[in-house]
Amino acid sequence: MIPGPFSYHRPATLADAVKLLSTLGDEARPLAGGHSLVPMMKLRLASPEHLVDLHGIAGLKGIRRDGNTIVIGAMTTQHELLASDEIGKSLPILDETALLIADPQVRYRGTIGGNVANGDPGNDMPALMMTLGASYRLEGASGAREVAAAEFYQGAYFTALEPGELLTSISIPVPATGHGYAYEKLKRKVGDYATAAAAVVLTMAGGKVATCKIGLTNLSETPLLAEDAAKAVIGTSLDPAALKIAAAAAVAIMSPAADARGPVEYRKHVGGIMVTRALQRAVGRAS
Amino acid sequence: MNDMTPTREQREAKLEGMGCKRKRVEDIRFTQGKGNYVDDLKLPGMLHGDFVRSPHAHARVKKIDDTEALKVPGVLAVITAETLKTVNLAWMPTLAGDVQMVLADGKVLFQNQEVAFVVATDRYAADDGINKVVVEYEPLPPLIDPFKAMDKDAPVLREDLAGKTTGVHGPRKHHNHVFEWTVGDKDLTDAAFRKAEVTIKEMISYHRTHPSPLETCQCVCSFDKIRGELTIWGTFQAPHVIRTVVALIAKIPEHKIHVISPDIGGGFGNKVGAYPGYICAAVASIVTGKPVKWVEDRIENLTATSFARDYHMTTEIASTKEGKVTGLRVHVLADHGAFDACADPSKWPAGFFNIVTGSYDFPTAHLSVDGIYTNKALGGVAYRCSFRVTEAAYCIERAMDILAQKLNMDPAELRLKNFIKPEQFPYHSALGWEYDSGDYHTAMRKMMETVDYAGLRKEQALLRAAFKRGETREIMGLGVSFFTEIVGAGPSKNCDILGIAMFDSCEIRLHPTGAGIARVGSKSQGQGHETTWAQIIATEIGIPADDIMVEEGNTDTAPYGLGTYGSRSTPVAGAAIAMAARKIKAKAQMIAAYKLEVHEDDLEWDIDGFRVKGLPEKTMSMKDICWAAYNSVPPGMEPGLEAVSYYDPPNMTYPFGAYICVMNIDVDTGVYKVRRFYALDDCGTRINPMIIEGQVHGGLTEAFAIAMGQEIRYDADGNVVTGSFMDFFMPTAVETPHWETDFTVTPSPHHPIGAKGVGESPNVGGVPAFSNAVNDAFSFLGSTHIQMPHDYWRNWKAAKDLGAVA
Repeated sequence: MIPGPFSYHRPATLADAVKLLSTLGDEARPLAGGHSLVPMMKLRLASPEHLVDLHGIAGLKGIRRDGNTIVIGAMTTQHELLASDEIGKSLPILDETALLIADPQVRYRGTIGGNVANGDPGNDMPALMMTLGASYRLEGASGAREVAAAEFYQGAYFTALEPGELLTSISIPVPATGHGYAYEKLKRKVGDYATAAAAVVLTMAGGKVATCKIGLTNLSETPLLAEDAAKAVIGTSLDPAALKIAAAAAVAIMSPAADARGPVEYRKHVGGIMVTRALQRAVGRAS
Repeated sequence: MNDMTPTREQREAKLEGMGCKRKRVEDIRFTQGKGNYVDDLKLPGMLHGDFVRSPHAHARVKKIDDTEALKVPGVLAVITAETLKTVNLAWMPTLAGDVQMVLADGKVLFQNQEVAFVVATDRYAADDGINKVVVEYEPLPPLIDPFKAMDKDAPVLREDLAGKTTGVHGPRKHHNHVFEWTVGDKDLTDAAFRKAEVTIKEMISYHRTHPSPLETCQCVCSFDKIRGELTIWGTFQAPHVIRTVVALIAKIPEHKIHVISPDIGGGFGNKVGAYPGYICAAVASIVTGKPVKWVEDRIENLTATSFARDYHMTTEIASTKEGKVTGLRVHVLADHGAFDACADPSKWPAGFFNIVTGSYDFPTAHLSVDGIYTNKALGGVAYRCSFRVTEAAYCIERAMDILAQKLNMDPAELRLKNFIKPEQFPYHSALGWEYDSGDYHTAMRKMMETVDYAGLRKEQALLRAAFKRGETREIMGLGVSFFTEIVGAGPSKNCDILGIAMFDSCEIRLHPTGAGIARVGSKSQGQGHETTWAQIIATEIGIPADDIMVEEGNTDTAPYGLGTYGSRSTPVAGAAIAMAARKIKAKAQMIAAYKLEVHEDDLEWDIDGFRVKGLPEKTMSMKDICWAAYNSVPPGMEPGLEAVSYYDPPNMTYPFGAYICVMNIDVDTGVYKVRRFYALDDCGTRINPMIIEGQVHGGLTEAFAIAMGQEIRYDADGNVVTGSFMDFFMPTAVETPHWETDFTVTPSPHHPIGAKGVGESPNVGGVPAFSNAVNDAFSFLGSTHIQMPHDYWRNWKAAKDLGAVA
């Protein structure tokens, strides 16, 4: 578990970082919290020749509200999300999810940008970002663009990021006041990826579900939006029959791999249960 | 007496002797990051070695090309089996009487087997070099399933054993067979089964797991060419044995080998054996003339140094209708991996598995064990248990529950009915052991009363009814475990390692001012010997524990000992300490008599010195005796106050305990919740109750891990799929249940201070308690036995197989 040789760069500006990444090409990797990349390097599953450390770029940190949107800098740590009053008030599901990521030591280093940009299907934030309708700002040599989280993930570790591009911030529309939310994660122990996890954000009107989004973590090569499942509960009071239909619709799009967390059948089964439980908990929180 | 004279209680308290919850003296340095571990050692010019390992479970090694590796800056040498052959070290003996490759010689027999050793100026260069060594393999069919090892057409693993129909433990039945070991009266046992009113039979597997100490295995070897001396700092649980092994295989005179075990970060059996890393580092140091460090990483530790268990135990009990057991028959298929490197006393190829009759009065029993080779890592060490004792305890404790279920009897009642009775001790078991002491009924009843066992059963009945009515998706299990251990190896009549009897030793040297040093042949890896050994001495000779320094681990200074594993330190080394102290006390008595001008027989011991019988004011403290020992001993007596004792125990000791686990399981997800865990331990005399509690907490945490998910699992091709802490279940404080501890005290009649040893009891007794809880939870749905480990998905599968989940 000793990494191969690499050169280390610590640019002070975003422009320098982008320039470095585009000049150095495929052999360069940006370094955020390092909790995915560094273990891969220690196992020599990743052997980048250049590491471009983003910690020197002040502009990549911070949480601000811009009208009805929360904008989070990519280098904001999970701990900083948890410490933010703005997040606690506007996006409580983000707190709930961040608390289920590993342990405090990891959360002090791990960043939201690294979590969503890496394309690891085990990461918790991507499915949540899709559920919240977030978008990512990507900046590269040819300029900046916005990509919806729902359009970003293409396969395990494959994303819409072009070579030399950096994910610099995340914009999340603030959910309606009184929305219900829940992130349900089944894991074997602290620090483990989800065996299955589901994010739910919904609103209620007159005792019926008015809007609903459901996201799924680690149940496919990419995070998933369970759109049919969400549609199935809209207009219902989340009665047992509706829950059952929603869970089945969510299970239908799951395609997890068998691993030490369990065989495919189990992971899909508990995936359905996570959806059910997240819906139940979310509706209990909605007003 | 004036007011300043300390009371007897104050004098007693000042000693901090046996029974005192003395704080661990080691923790002063450990909690400040001032421990001194092997990897802290940095010697001038020190080189670093690391291994090229096999990606295959079974393959022929066609060619090893080190050309490119040697071009990597900093890489100095690549050692292969061919290099080692020039010094006759390509193979080495194992503790179990087998031989093993040090580096792959012609073929590899398990994934991550050591193939070549790259030596470089730093660890990074060594690993860069590893990536440049090109090894050409020709894959061979792997043998992973132990039940297929003795198939007629099973692949031949050990070509070096071709034609050898006899091994060190007797005849070999098949090319993948290691040994067969049988104990007990077969005819009598078969007869008991023929006559039995009730029988049960179950194949109970104890899966492969790993001790995984926090600090991995490592060493620094430094060969001094001028003096011809080899110094080895290493993570050795048994440093003297390592010195002897090195002397025997490296042909260096034993007095020119210095083995030093500094602070060790946990062992649990993983650090008993001799590993290729030690040999390669020593050879590399001899070749280069420089110190060479070898430090395993976590993956290497989990996949290549000694595993534990992998015992598959077909178990039968014969009983009367009323539940009185009449016979036990066990056959074990023991998967030893590629080489038999099980760390057992020489004559015990299956350790002390014949303790499998447990706490019960079986009139007859028969045991046979077949050891076999597979394409898996070698080992079979005692992971926080005496030799194969946790396997035996799991086997009988699970089987007793299965019998209870068949008889429709409560498992606690069945145990009470069959316990060896207090008046039967010393008890001779059907499989050959003499249990020293026990009071099982008292311990069991104390457990049942403390947890309100009857109340828990009522709650379980209500919950089961509610489950059947569809009102809950939770089920509840009570896991009862009543274990008897056999520890303290061991008496020279039946225990040796490499021909060396398994005694242990202590040397105590008291200084003129009344302080002293005790050097002991054991080696703490976290057990707190520096604290507890001084407490034994404090009580025995009246010198405060704080004034005794305990030193272990340096073979140049410590007397020869067999090391620390198998809960042997207190039963054997602890006895040697008491005996050495008593020798000192006897000499001290002569000195005191001389100084007090009375006959020795007129003196009596009083806490911290001697007093003249009938004249309580005429006393001489041990502190004053120490001074006198250096200036005014009786005529003809040698000055000084020191003693050595080598203790050969007359028998093993037999700690026992009553444990219960209360667990709820959500059948839809398989997620369990340990609601309560109560552990009553009887380890005889208790030296330091705080350390005992700590030991029990640690052992229960390991037992929890093992039973609930911790396994070394291979896929069909022989790839380890649980090779890191991502998948090898190492619970954190968040997952670990709360532990309740309790005790009874039944001293060992043959041990000088009546102590029995405790470090391993919680692992031995804990695993069956957890597994019985899971099995008990599911039993009302119709299951008799569900194999460990009981992780979430397997619990769900059990529920599904039983029809409880759609």
